Amino acid sequence: MLKKQLTPYLLVSPYLLHLAVFVAFPVVFSIVLTFHKWNIISPMEYVGLTNYVRLFKDATFLKSLINTCIFLAIHIPLQIIVALFLAEVLNQKIKFRGFFRAAFFLPVIVSGVVVTILWQQLFGYDSGMFNRLLVTIGLDKIGWLTDPNVAMTSIALMATWKNVGLYIVLFLVGLQTVPAHYYEAAELEGATHTQKFFKITLPMINPTIFMVVILSTIGGFSLFIEPYIMTGGGPLNSTISAVLYIYKQGFFYYHMGYSATLGFFFAMIILLVVMIQKRFVEKDK
Amino acid sequence: MKKVIFYLLLITGALIFIYPFVWMISASLAPENEISNLTLFPSTFTIDSYKLMIDKIPIGQSLINSLIVSSSVTLGVLIFGSMVGYALSRMEFRGRDLIFYIIIFTMTLPFQITLIPQYIIIVQFGWVDSFLALIVPYLMNALSIIMFRQYFKSIPQDLIDAARIDGCGELRIIFRILWPNSVPALITIGIITFMASWNEVLWPLIVIRDESLMTMPQLVTLFAVGGRAESQLGVKLAAAVMLALPIIIAYLFFQKYFIQSMASSGIKE
Repeated sequence: MLKKQLTPYLLVSPYLLHLAVFVAFPVVFSIVLTFHKWNIISPMEYVGLTNYVRLFKDATFLKSLINTCIFLAIHIPLQIIVALFLAEVLNQKIKFRGFFRAAFFLPVIVSGVVVTILWQQLFGYDSGMFNRLLVTIGLDKIGWLTDPNVAMTSIALMATWKNVGLYIVLFLVGLQTVPAHYYEAAELEGATHTQKFFKITLPMINPTIFMVVILSTIGGFSLFIEPYIMTGGGPLNSTISAVLYIYKQGFFYYHMGYSATLGFFFAMIILLVVMIQKRFVEKDK
Repeated sequence: MKKVIFYLLLITGALIFIYPFVWMISASLAPENEISNLTLFPSTFTIDSYKLMIDKIPIGQSLINSLIVSSSVTLGVLIFGSMVGYALSRMEFRGRDLIFYIIIFTMTLPFQITLIPQYIIIVQFGWVDSFLALIVPYLMNALSIIMFRQYFKSIPQDLIDAARIDGCGELRIIFRILWPNSVPALITIGIITFMASWNEVLWPLIVIRDESLMTMPQLVTLFAVGGRAESQLGVKLAAAVMLALPIIIAYLFFQKYFIQSMASSGIKE
């Protein structure tokens, strides 16, 4: 009988052990680290609030937050518009739907490293595909990755291309939950295609839109490998992301305390933003 | 007429998503001086870029490393995830709900907060430059536990009772009775976990320094940003093709499973 009562605890014990070592302890330790200066080799040194003071004066960190905002401001609307549009077309009675869906999904399954190396070539100033196309139709070249005003937009464009397939599929699932008789009733009333889209489709798939917003926000906050490979955060820090900056502070300069402070503070921002977004969703319901 | 426009739109869309990959493969097989021509058909096809790349980096070894790491993580997540999922869905015990809420909470915890402390733990354990650093932190996964819990709830109690009467222990019930009846869940969780592990770059960059232990995306990343590709496009693209190919081939055969699995992971979050 005792053995029977113990069994569930035995089954969850590996999880609890793992949780303690790789989640609970790191969270507590990260808070401790924010009050210390440490390069891993010499002993930890208590520095009070120095790391926080430094963080609030850190122009590069502020820049990384602004870059994240620029990224999200382009990425989220673009992604929703493109995904919704292609999902709506896919939702018509068409042949080869499976093929098109699989084609749109291809970049989603391929490693971000591959996509970034590939787009680095497409964005090339002299020999990249985009500038060659621009020159062919008689326009000026664009410094996709070399112009500080453009580089973050370029990365957002690439990220949209990579991820939009996932959101097409999510929207397609959402669209198929809209009851067909809604559209039939609207057609009897003589509604146009546009009217049907804005009056029926859009309100019905609102939950999917919110889900896409939350997912791509979290994705945007995790941006790392794209600027790391393409630009190293440049030109002039115009593409440095928060995670890239945390990585540089920790593993280029071995500022463990400061890097942990950046990570802790950034995580709080993420939690706050996601909480606000979820509030919105609940209100909507 | 409307149909024609739809098809034109879809074909244009499909080309935008597929063409860059086709170009990448073709360019990796083109002579270096023809890559910037953007044509899909260079004057000759050559594997020089691949030869050069293989000379410079241990790409074959990294493929094996990635396979070892991602397979171990996937197997661990399936085993431990189903154990916890089973306890949470099919057993009564004190603290069960608390554990469930903790699992939900850890899903919302941003990784940015644990990144540095986790690295310090790995250093303390002496796991830097060891596969343990790449595998052990990923053996438990909140999303997979929740998905197992949900799936196991749908399995008839009779099946479990019958196994108990036959004298099966709980582990045998999980792996002999529940697993054969949970193939869709195993496939979904398996694909999500394998893909996430396969594509992880940031963590390997932090804990692995020894080139012979690097995972494939890590090695290709360092090759692309370091000076060793010597600004030759062909070798970089060849490395990228090598990294993309295993997943693309798997995708060609199992695309339905890939799409369903990854979409369901999005919906669950």
